[in-house]
Amino acid sequence: MASVTSNPPVADALANRAPVLMTMRIEPPRNWLDLRLKELWTYRELLYFLVWRDVKVRYKQTAIGVSWVIVQPLLTMLVATLFFGKLAKLPSQGLPYSVFCFAAVVPWAYFSTALVAATNVMVENQRVITKVYFPRLILPVSAALSGLVDFAIGFVVLLIFTFSYGIRPTWALLLLPLFLLLAVFTVLGVGLWLSALNALYRDVKYLIPFFVQFWTLASPVYYSSSMVPERYRWLYGLNPMAGVIDGFRWSLTATGHPPAASLFASVGIVIFLTLGGLLFFNRMEGSIADRV
Amino acid sequence: MSTAVIQAENLSKRYQRGALASSGLLRDTLARALRSPWTAFQRQKPESFWALKDVSLQVREGEVLGLIGRNGSGKTTLLKILSRITRPTEGWAEIRGRVGSLLEVGTGFHPELTGRENTYLSGAILGMNKQEITRKFDEIVAFAELDQFIDTPVKHYSSGMYVRLAFAVAAHLEPEILLVDEVLAVGDIKFQRKCLGKMGDVARAGRTIVLVSHQLNQIRRLCQRVTWIDGGLLRQTGPTAEVVSAYETAMTSPERGSSSTRSESKAQFLSWRILEPSGDSAHRLESVGPVTVAFRLKVSAPIHHGHQGIALFDAERRLMWAYANEDLTLDPGLHDLIYKFPFLPLCPRSYNWQLSLWVEKENVDLWEAIPELQVTSPNYQHALDEWNGFLNLPSEFRVFTEKG
Repeated sequence: MASVTSNPPVADALANRAPVLMTMRIEPPRNWLDLRLKELWTYRELLYFLVWRDVKVRYKQTAIGVSWVIVQPLLTMLVATLFFGKLAKLPSQGLPYSVFCFAAVVPWAYFSTALVAATNVMVENQRVITKVYFPRLILPVSAALSGLVDFAIGFVVLLIFTFSYGIRPTWALLLLPLFLLLAVFTVLGVGLWLSALNALYRDVKYLIPFFVQFWTLASPVYYSSSMVPERYRWLYGLNPMAGVIDGFRWSLTATGHPPAASLFASVGIVIFLTLGGLLFFNRMEGSIADRV
Repeated sequence: MSTAVIQAENLSKRYQRGALASSGLLRDTLARALRSPWTAFQRQKPESFWALKDVSLQVREGEVLGLIGRNGSGKTTLLKILSRITRPTEGWAEIRGRVGSLLEVGTGFHPELTGRENTYLSGAILGMNKQEITRKFDEIVAFAELDQFIDTPVKHYSSGMYVRLAFAVAAHLEPEILLVDEVLAVGDIKFQRKCLGKMGDVARAGRTIVLVSHQLNQIRRLCQRVTWIDGGLLRQTGPTAEVVSAYETAMTSPERGSSSTRSESKAQFLSWRILEPSGDSAHRLESVGPVTVAFRLKVSAPIHHGHQGIALFDAERRLMWAYANEDLTLDPGLHDLIYKFPFLPLCPRSYNWQLSLWVEKENVDLWEAIPELQVTSPNYQHALDEWNGFLNLPSEFRVFTEKG
């Protein structure tokens, strides 16, 4: 411990110490446009630990552990193939329906689980929130990131699956991380709003299952977005997950068309949602700790 | 005179009371929005109150400052502002150095994770980095006396083990400033003593500590200076002995000296004392046996059909016992409300009485009795800490063997 004991006048001592110890000023919230993103970076190790905790706990709690992450999307795909592919005979862009569907189910599973996790993250960590300070933004970010571990496992299965159908990856696969990034930011953009609302209003949690179900139907998981009339395509692209899923399918199988106009709409709306979400979250952060 | 590491000026915090603030429904807000679109999303201003008002203080480097005051006086709010958990409504503070806050034992612990995993997790949440935790890991485990259980999930720990590990993690934090709320009140006496020792070491190492405690003995032992907060206002700051004795006097004197007390109220609790056993001090129990306790009540206007509640809490605010007397009729004057117990089987710790008086749903008085009840009787329980429960019951044991 460094300590100044040479009894200088207070002002001098403060001046001497200033470079050694950082000074922090505590004030009433004034500028809610100040997002303090730099501070988030200094807490990156805590972010890592929170993600690590989520992953660890999830795999400890389920007896089947990792296998569940594989079985769940596989079963979804099988049932969808049976009903939507074989019985309803939905078009699948010239791909086997199972591949068509599985390529969407994997990113969709990430999105829906991570969105629900992000929505609940403030409520689930209320105890910690009221007992210790860290930038609260870390919590929804950790929820969005910890879902990526499940996604990685599902993605490996997806790769093997497509490969077994004789579909070989092309250079388009290199663009896949960008679509994944778009999915992560969609989770964040929407999750920031929902996590703050969920902490403030206790009826929000009842809306979430409906919300997710609604969104599933509005996304090209089981059907092709080419079924949407051309002139409404841009409107459809306002659902960012449409861009993500189309992009996923395209970069993985190189069939169909790369999403273009609709993707711009998706990116635009995600940027808008994320910035708005950051501001809203920042503004509500204070009341969240006080309400608990 | 050394450097001020905490400088606070006129810190104030306003909280909102009432249903809207604590448990909102989105449905209601939306319904209001439909009815009056412009006002619904504006901040509703229901009843608000100042939990803290214009509190200024200075803490110098290496100093241990105690914060005392009744429950709800604003001590914890002040600590929460200084540790940035909540932001002040008015005023400001400047803090020089890394701050560690210890407002709860076991912050961030997850029951499914092992002791080792929780050490890292809780350490990270409290502000340590990974290398720091790794470096201190063995020391933490040794301090918690847990080496063989460190890879067991903490959900299998006894409460004693849990608390020991949780405190050990917290005790090895090395921030320049440590803010502590009442956490030393946990665990068995032996471990508490060890924690106190550790806190003393921390203080001697030149770190600054701000400590909230109801246990005045702890405050006397650890703190050089004490700040007394009352009804959200700063009442007195000064050398420990001076402030603590002023506090004790005020809390037991007839005026009770609280700014939050309404002088025009119909009745007021003033003081309490132990009548029996008479040999003990007025607020300390040294044995388990018959106990009679008297609570002095000053009645200014006649009370009819009064409802008088009494509760006993431990230092962690767990309810030990509560009771209510209905239909109490009292004339103006001084009364002793006397409670006689065949015995109080309490573990050797400190406890708080809470007394209340209601007349037809109106709260006439609510009093956190000061001083606290100290129990220093022998412990009649299991030799192992983790097998110590709430009841400190002397027991007799014999074996009866059926003949034939």
